[in-house]
Amino acid sequence: MNPIRKQRIYALTAIVVGSILAVYLVVSALSKNLNLFYSPTDLLNNDLSPETLIRAGGMVREGSIKRSDTSLSIEFIVTDFKNDLKIQYSGILPDLFSEKAGVVVQGYLEKEGTFRAIEVLAKHDENYMPPEVAKLMEQTE
Amino acid sequence: MNKIWNYIKDWFIEMGSPPLFFKWSSKILPWLLFISITVFIVGLLWGLFYSPTDYKQGDVYRIIYIHVPSAILGQSIFMFMAICGFITMVWRVKISGMLLKSAAPIGASFTLIALLTGSIWGKPTWGTWWVWDARLTSTLILFFIYAAIIGLHSSIDDKTKADRAISILSLVGIAIIPIIKKSVDWWQTLHQPSTFSLTSAPSMTPDMYQPLLLCFLGFYLIFALLLTMNLRAEVVIREKNRSWVSKQFLNLER
Repeated sequence: MNPIRKQRIYALTAIVVGSILAVYLVVSALSKNLNLFYSPTDLLNNDLSPETLIRAGGMVREGSIKRSDTSLSIEFIVTDFKNDLKIQYSGILPDLFSEKAGVVVQGYLEKEGTFRAIEVLAKHDENYMPPEVAKLMEQTE
Repeated sequence: MNKIWNYIKDWFIEMGSPPLFFKWSSKILPWLLFISITVFIVGLLWGLFYSPTDYKQGDVYRIIYIHVPSAILGQSIFMFMAICGFITMVWRVKISGMLLKSAAPIGASFTLIALLTGSIWGKPTWGTWWVWDARLTSTLILFFIYAAIIGLHSSIDDKTKADRAISILSLVGIAIIPIIKKSVDWWQTLHQPSTFSLTSAPSMTPDMYQPLLLCFLGFYLIFALLLTMNLRAEVVIREKNRSWVSKQFLNLER
């Protein structure tokens, strides 16, 4: 191959590898801060002040949802299967909010360990299936 | 081996010469137009109207038949552009620079469609239009890189130099692609992980992913169609002072 072209290939490969490496280093240095939310375990031993707005996330524990009869208030427990976090919220919930489904809540962690949410987002998983299939799977479980 | 390589290279260079490209693309364009639009429409109709509903999301999930192919296209077009950039820089093939320039607005549009449809889907399912998680943010950055490539090209008058400038930019920008791809696995995000992967079966029933696969094909074909049309326009603009262009359009001999 023509030596000039060879040189260009080396230079370009260096550019591509260099930029991927640079981005990789930046991203791995920031890695912890790139998580969208804290898990209940992350929040267990923290030094966050109750005034800091944070996000927590996990699964809604089965049977933990307590709705109020007179208002939009709701209480539920979010778990990462190691630790639990009690959430208090008042407002409209997304359609996909349910037991055993993922949620991301934004709000404040209070001194006594409960989380006062100002926003609740539902997290969807990557599984899609028709209702009939879902019913069949539930029966076999 | 070397002989075969040279033969293939010469063939590509010949096919890529502007007058010859214009000629053969005129022949395939009507076919491409017909096939791509047919597959695109059939795939979308199948996905949007004849696939089953989802057990959890109901009909809202159907937006994936537009959202997922657009997002995939947004990323594959960028990889295609980086390859074009590499060829432009090493072999100085004129047509690959034009290909790169013609593909940029198409890739930007698909990325924008992915962002918009994702946002529309996010409101009813997640409860928010936008969240600054790793997947969404990195896709937005991809859109900005596309915008930078388009802007940079139009800001340089000498189009050969402009081609080289955006070649470098697309080669540098390629670093965003693995970040977008792996963001949902590396960090906790609101966006769900991929339903499809090369190594395992899709976590979706066949009657749902079959139309999706057809949509992928339809979107790729639409990209091929738009790229051919853009490239033909680009070739004519760049070569407007050449005799083959005036012969083609004015039936004049110079």
